[in-house]
Amino acid sequence: MKASLRRIYAILLKELMQLKRDRLTFGMIVMIPLIQLMLFGYAINTDVRNIPIGVVDQSQSAAARLITETIKVTQIVDVLATYNTPKEAQQAIVRGEIRAGIIYPVDLAHRISQNQTLAQLIVDGSDTVVSSALLQLRNMPLDKIILEPTLNRKAAPPTFEVALFFNPSRRSQVNIIPGLVGIILTMTMILFTSAAIVREREHGNLELLITTPIHSIELMIGKILPYILVGLIQVFIVLGLGHQVFKVPISGGLLDIFIVTILFIAASLALGLIISTIAQTQLQAMQMTIFVLLPSILLSGFMFPYEAMPKLAQHISEILPATHFMRMIRAVVLKGADAKTLVYDNVWLLSFTIIGIVIASIRFKKRLD
Amino acid sequence: MTDFAIKTNNLSKQFGDLIAVNQLNLTIEKGSIYGFLGPNGCGKSTTIRMLCGLLTPTSGTVNVMGFDIPKQAEALKRQVGYMTQKFSLYTDLSVHENLEFMGRIFGIEHRALKKRIDELVSIYSLTGQRTQRAASMSGGQKQRLALAASVLHKPSMLFLDEPTSAVDPENRRDFWEKLFDLSESGTTILVSTHYMDEAERCHKLAILDKGSMRAEGTPLQLMHNINAQVVEVKGEHLRQLKTRLLQLDGISSVAQQGIRLRVLVDNHIAKPLEFIQQKLASTTLDCNLAHPSLEDVFVTVTGDHSQAHPKGGTQ
Repeated sequence: MKASLRRIYAILLKELMQLKRDRLTFGMIVMIPLIQLMLFGYAINTDVRNIPIGVVDQSQSAAARLITETIKVTQIVDVLATYNTPKEAQQAIVRGEIRAGIIYPVDLAHRISQNQTLAQLIVDGSDTVVSSALLQLRNMPLDKIILEPTLNRKAAPPTFEVALFFNPSRRSQVNIIPGLVGIILTMTMILFTSAAIVREREHGNLELLITTPIHSIELMIGKILPYILVGLIQVFIVLGLGHQVFKVPISGGLLDIFIVTILFIAASLALGLIISTIAQTQLQAMQMTIFVLLPSILLSGFMFPYEAMPKLAQHISEILPATHFMRMIRAVVLKGADAKTLVYDNVWLLSFTIIGIVIASIRFKKRLD
Repeated sequence: MTDFAIKTNNLSKQFGDLIAVNQLNLTIEKGSIYGFLGPNGCGKSTTIRMLCGLLTPTSGTVNVMGFDIPKQAEALKRQVGYMTQKFSLYTDLSVHENLEFMGRIFGIEHRALKKRIDELVSIYSLTGQRTQRAASMSGGQKQRLALAASVLHKPSMLFLDEPTSAVDPENRRDFWEKLFDLSESGTTILVSTHYMDEAERCHKLAILDKGSMRAEGTPLQLMHNINAQVVEVKGEHLRQLKTRLLQLDGISSVAQQGIRLRVLVDNHIAKPLEFIQQKLASTTLDCNLAHPSLEDVFVTVTGDHSQAHPKGGTQ
């Protein structure tokens, strides 16, 4: 019994020593909970605030401005822009600039006096958490606040007439499945590429490869290409099944989906390559992949709406390729957006890929020291 | 072009505080088989890696096949073959697939490659294993595959880092036959080993220890110029005898070989046989002078007995 404990102690001591020497693992042990707790402690917040919306004021009345100001005070929304026509507001929603638009009709004053519904709210319904928050606005007793209290009306009608776009039945699968494409690609693409190169190092293949005339960049590209195909197959499976089984509407063109996906796959693979030049073992590659994967799940807008996160978390999420992809794939699949119009996210992913491959090629020396 | 395949000048490599290779001056003739003999950790692999351009020397200069290393390492890579200590081809690929892969990396055109693979598979007796995965092959087969892969592009210089550490003596013999064939056709071969029988086959040999060259020459020269006399002692209670012999001044090493002790007596002792009998106070002891072996040379120049520096002459 005592001998057994001693042996256990010996093992325990040895493990701790090895752990102390394996600085990467040690760093991960401390950093993963620390960083993730900090980030997600703030990010996991289902009270959505500061949802970006736009206003279309066809009435040009003081009442409209008063209603807008009252809504702003709730902090649920941020009025980012004003548009001249409902169509413009709708296009902004497709591009993902705003989540909703308030449309005040020309006869707003008349409607107030006639005790009718005041205005229309067009809402991007793809993210059910966001749309739920916006739907609450419907129940605001605006008339009691802004109208003469003397006008004692009974059973006021809803303040807003709501039009839910893209996901009228408010099924969360519709939003989650295109997002899942991003999560699965993040996980597999980064892991596959990083492990693929690290495995060669572990098995000693790399020592042989670097004595051949092959160039770093050739090796990098040769490693990336097969996995692009793997990624496309995964996208096909997820979206295909999502469409067939969960009735996710595919509004966008297949070419648009293809472009957006290729860009994201390339960015993820580039990230995998960078990891492969840092990690010495497959386990380390795995650890670093998880380090990227967790924020990609939690911060990219996949689980919690982007708008629900504090500013700091939003800034961090902008670094992640998954955030940009999440925005684009939802725009394309659910809102039928044209890939060409999503310039910012496209350019961002492309730049990330190029910079990533360059960094990986520079870091990958054809040397052992 | 020079007559030398490799020339280094005060080549050194330091890893932190450890001096892995210390002021190495090498001159290796073209077309020869040159051996590095030394214990594990003596700097053999580090030197080979520096010569291939895989490691950057801390100081000193290297010239391989007329290329300045590491500056021109990329240009050198087409002309050298490198067989790593550990099997470094893909175990999940077959013989043919591995060779095809390496051939493509070296840019060998499809039809020429097919012909070359046919040729190599037959030279290295891998015809039966052509479609077999490397993972399931024997040590000897893997080693032949690795050699085939390293000579695929017909390099003029071949580096072999402990090539036969995982194979049986018979396979080792066959392997060396192939090396002599390659040498015959003009390939310069640098091979590292810790086997004496293997070292003895080299045209020229350097004995390395703790990063420094202790001796250099042909195996015959080295044995001829050994800085000790070899005495074989037969008798009873060899273990006790060994302990007593080791305490004597002038005896650098005692090793038991079955029923004999192999004793290395310093050269300054004129009559080694009498010396031993006298010191042990036993005239009945059966002592004979023996021919020095490479192992005797190795023992005298490495480890704690490394004061001696027999140079094999410059031919």
